Amino acid sequence: MTTFPLLAVLLPFAAAFAGLLLSRRPRLRAPDTPETRAAAARGRAGWFAIIPTAASAVLAIWLAWGPGFAFIEGASPGEPVGRTYGTIVTGGIPISLTLQAGDLSAILGVLVTLVALAVQIYSVGYLHDDPRYPSYSSFISLFTSAMLLVVYAGDLLVLYVGWEIMGLCSYLLIGHWWEDRANSRAAVKAFLVTRLGDVGFLFGIFVLGVSAGSFRIDDVLAEVPEMSTGTLVAATMLLLAGVAGKSAQVPLHTWLPDAMAGPTPISALIHAATMVAAGIFIVARLFPAFLAARPTLDVLAIIAALGMLGAALAALAQDDLKRVLAYSTVSQLAYMAGGLAAGSDSAAIFHLLTHGAFKALLFLCAGAVIHHIGSNLMSQMGGLRRTLPITFVTMTVGFAALMGLPPASGFFSKDALLLTMERALTGGRLTDAAALLLYGCALATVAVTGAYATRAWLRTFFGEARAVALPEPQPGTAHVVDVREAPRTMLVPIVLLAVPALLLGFAGGPHLDLEVAALSVVLALLGGGVVYAFWRSDPVADPSRLLGPFLVPCERAFYVDSLYTAAFVRPLQTMARLVVRTDDRVVDGAVRGSGRTAQRLSGMLRLLQNGNVQLYVTGLLAGVLLIVVGAVVFA
Amino acid sequence: MMGWLPVALLAVPLLGALLLLISPALLRPVLRGYGLVFSGVTLALAVTLAATFDYTQAARPQLTVDQPWIPGLGLRFHLGVDGISLPLVVLTALLTFLCFVYLSWGDARAPGQLLTPATGRPRALVFTLLVLEVGMIGTFLALDLLLFFVFFEVVLIPMYFLIAIWGGRGRRSAAIKFILYTLLGSVVMLLGLLLIWAQTGTLDIVALSQAHGAGMSRGVQVLAFAAVGIGLAVKTPMWPLHTWLPDAHTEAPTVGSVLLAGVLLKMGTYGFARIAIPVLPEGAVVIAPWLGALAVVGIVYGSLACLAQRDLKRMIAYSSVGHMGFVLLGFATLTTVGVNGALFANVAHGLITGLLFFLAGAIKERYGTADMPSLGGGMLATLPHLGAVLTFAAIASLGIPGLAGFWGEMLALLGAFQPAEVLPRELFLVFMAIGGLGAVLTAAYFLVMLSRVTHGLPARPALSLTATHSAPGGAGAGPEETGSGAAESRPEALAAGAAESEPEGGRRPAEVTETGSPAPKAGAMRDIRGYELVAWVPLIVLILLFGLWPKLLLSLTTPAVQTLLGVLS
Repeated sequence: MTTFPLLAVLLPFAAAFAGLLLSRRPRLRAPDTPETRAAAARGRAGWFAIIPTAASAVLAIWLAWGPGFAFIEGASPGEPVGRTYGTIVTGGIPISLTLQAGDLSAILGVLVTLVALAVQIYSVGYLHDDPRYPSYSSFISLFTSAMLLVVYAGDLLVLYVGWEIMGLCSYLLIGHWWEDRANSRAAVKAFLVTRLGDVGFLFGIFVLGVSAGSFRIDDVLAEVPEMSTGTLVAATMLLLAGVAGKSAQVPLHTWLPDAMAGPTPISALIHAATMVAAGIFIVARLFPAFLAARPTLDVLAIIAALGMLGAALAALAQDDLKRVLAYSTVSQLAYMAGGLAAGSDSAAIFHLLTHGAFKALLFLCAGAVIHHIGSNLMSQMGGLRRTLPITFVTMTVGFAALMGLPPASGFFSKDALLLTMERALTGGRLTDAAALLLYGCALATVAVTGAYATRAWLRTFFGEARAVALPEPQPGTAHVVDVREAPRTMLVPIVLLAVPALLLGFAGGPHLDLEVAALSVVLALLGGGVVYAFWRSDPVADPSRLLGPFLVPCERAFYVDSLYTAAFVRPLQTMARLVVRTDDRVVDGAVRGSGRTAQRLSGMLRLLQNGNVQLYVTGLLAGVLLIVVGAVVFA
Repeated sequence: MMGWLPVALLAVPLLGALLLLISPALLRPVLRGYGLVFSGVTLALAVTLAATFDYTQAARPQLTVDQPWIPGLGLRFHLGVDGISLPLVVLTALLTFLCFVYLSWGDARAPGQLLTPATGRPRALVFTLLVLEVGMIGTFLALDLLLFFVFFEVVLIPMYFLIAIWGGRGRRSAAIKFILYTLLGSVVMLLGLLLIWAQTGTLDIVALSQAHGAGMSRGVQVLAFAAVGIGLAVKTPMWPLHTWLPDAHTEAPTVGSVLLAGVLLKMGTYGFARIAIPVLPEGAVVIAPWLGALAVVGIVYGSLACLAQRDLKRMIAYSSVGHMGFVLLGFATLTTVGVNGALFANVAHGLITGLLFFLAGAIKERYGTADMPSLGGGMLATLPHLGAVLTFAAIASLGIPGLAGFWGEMLALLGAFQPAEVLPRELFLVFMAIGGLGAVLTAAYFLVMLSRVTHGLPARPALSLTATHSAPGGAGAGPEETGSGAAESRPEALAAGAAESEPEGGRRPAEVTETGSPAPKAGAMRDIRGYELVAWVPLIVLILLFGLWPKLLLSLTTPAVQTLLGVLS
């Protein structure tokens, strides 16, 4: 059992290579037309993708069987299962190749593998006639493997390896439909923004590792009480940069909404199981270090407060269904960050799990809707509850969980988070102002969440059908199919995910605080009710008009992107051009100038070599005379 | 007992070159196999060297040869390998062999394969490359200051001819700039070496390293370090002594660029590890902050220059300035971690940038230009395999963990986080932060390049056929593809789609030749060909190997680095 973490990581990793290298191998006896060959390649790639992920899921469940929900219940931590596979000498602190599953890692491993498995199965149907399916499914396998490496790593630098490979996979997958330049730009943006955070993350690892004398997470956590506050604050602040990048928190959140350019299953994967979950996970994994650094917790609380409300408002104004869900992810992750800042890692991880289930469900349902309509825009949807009954029911479950309505899973986990934030008001590690801001924003966000979830639900499934079948799909949108519901490979994962989205809240023994629970349900219903009232008054118009003059700023997500373009991108481009000019004129100019100077000097010397014998003889005589005079004078 | 190996490593390519002089007419028909055989034997010797190397004693020079050469000057023919030079010797032999493979595999009639009489002077090319190999391997084997210098200079002349004869349009001025600039640097270095000799009375690198600067005053050490350092910095190249590099790279033929980036630049950084730091430790301590500062300026400056570059080859050349900045930063920390990182980054850069220049050459041959706006994008649609390997190489170069480029840069930064105790730590923390931002910029320019070149729809109408195939949902018959006879000849592009980052393994050659065999239409470009694949796959495999198992290299260099740093560590 000690090798299970390693196997769980290696299986999808090997699958990625197998999918890339072997799936297009020409079959020996099959009739060899391009079409059958491509279909065979897709089929093989599908098996290469699904079987290893399923095996990893089995291993992960096995690992989690013992501890179960111990982490969320707050039980005393059990002994991690795993082993060390040698060390890499660096000349300084060695890197220890440890893979292990503690209580936290075990339960997260299950989330990662199950969502990845659902996404892989769903993708078989979703990308049915995409010629690049083999590379796509291989990159998902690599993505899964990298996330599992992060989850099971026992050493900070090994964790960083997985952390960065995830960035690469997100780049490759978001840019899957690279024919469209916009997708390519979104992919580059996702990679660069997260990489910017990752540099801080790496430096944070340096600070922790060097002051603990080891990069092993267990050693680092054991050394935390000995470290000075300054060191811890510096380390956790730097780590926070990486967390903000990967988990799409303010101010590095801008990549996530653009990442919707990728195929919808990828959005489900990124938003539910991998990538964005990694940031929350790492804070929980190193939680003792964060708890000992109070200023960092304050910063985290403020980031979370701004992020959750801002993103929820932005979600209310979007017309693209996937962008609504994207901003909703930013907002929900901010909830978890807020819970961590308020001092409860178990509540945050609980919400991470339920969110993983219901957000994956929502994205896969959105994919089914988009698959049907051929467009991402809600203004082209409507009345779909009759044509897509299964999707309607499952997506309703997802939205209920997102709003936090009982008995869906989101209700319990959100309640736990709100309770933590409320308790932070009276006694906790946060400063009063930060705690107040956090709790106030959290309550406001509950209402706004209710509003945007209701709006998306109404605009997608109710009212009149507005869909006009597009003549030819653009690259970057799914292919239009003429079936009433999506193919079975897409429906099965949706239905299966609906189960945990509905029931996961009962796991781990729910602790309800009636006061907070009632408040949050009332707020959510209030938000939803206002939207419903607006929608009833005019079912064709967008209920987001209730935002009034704030609609445009919300839709543009408060102009953060434009600000970054003006503040960073353009100055950098200017500087780059300046450097090229400087390099040519100044640096190389000096080189060329010295060359020219040498030529000019030698040109002057050449004047003496003019072939005039009389001049030469004169010079000779003058030289001899000088030598004689010199000899006489100095002798 | 195996002391003949280093000598043989030099003798085999030298013999090959001399035989070409002696009997040119006899060898003309077998010229292609000739270079392949001699560089192949050299590679085999290098592998034997790696196999017989005693890895438990990686810190001391092994397989040494020590014969008096010019007794009057105290000059000795002293060769040997240790953990620092072994990877570089093998890398050199490998890259040279791969260059010959690239030139002579298959029918050798492809545009990049210069060994045909039509492209001119095949015999001279083989001769030049073999002499170049002697110089490069000799530099890494030499354990005598003057011998090192001799080999260091031997390299310049064949490289000059390589650029000046087989180069691009502006080859003459680029070659002259290259040789004058590097010669000038070498003169300064020679002065520094002579200063060391004058002060200590010996040219033996082993003895000098063990002395750790004893016998030289601090002032002399600083002066000598500055002089030697400038010579090495020109070769590395360090900002602001880098301007010969973009011109030389842009104009050099593919094999020239590969060897220039893959090996020649390493000679400069190797000199820091072999001579400057161990022989002159006190000088190193004084100069290190300056070296670190210039290194990080180089990182950021190189990255910014890449960001606004239009020419692909020029961009890769400037990326070398940035990567070498990481190597120099690692040296400047004077810690085991940092120097380890520098040596790792050195080898990784040789592999990755070698591959990148192979790819840039392949692109230039196909499109007739390396100007990125003229390439027009969509390479993953028109040439899916080439685009995929380009993506792989670019990603490796920007330092993704799991590929070779990451470990060197990470360790260099870790070294800067905790530099040697004699160095000012705050300053190096600033260097580390700037270096980290440089890593982001590195990612930025490579991704922008990929976006420009490989993504998007191909601009050329003749090639829109395959683009239609690859577009999602576009598998149905479009109007422009009905009636085009080439539709049958391009099915592979559809079946293959585009693997976006990984090499396609050994199965590709058959498929690729299959694709092109039914008479490729005029103007159509062919995807990766057999000779290219054979030359590139070893590099791809090694990039993956060192990335996934960095211990291979680190356990080799660590003891040697600990020895060379001596008192400093």
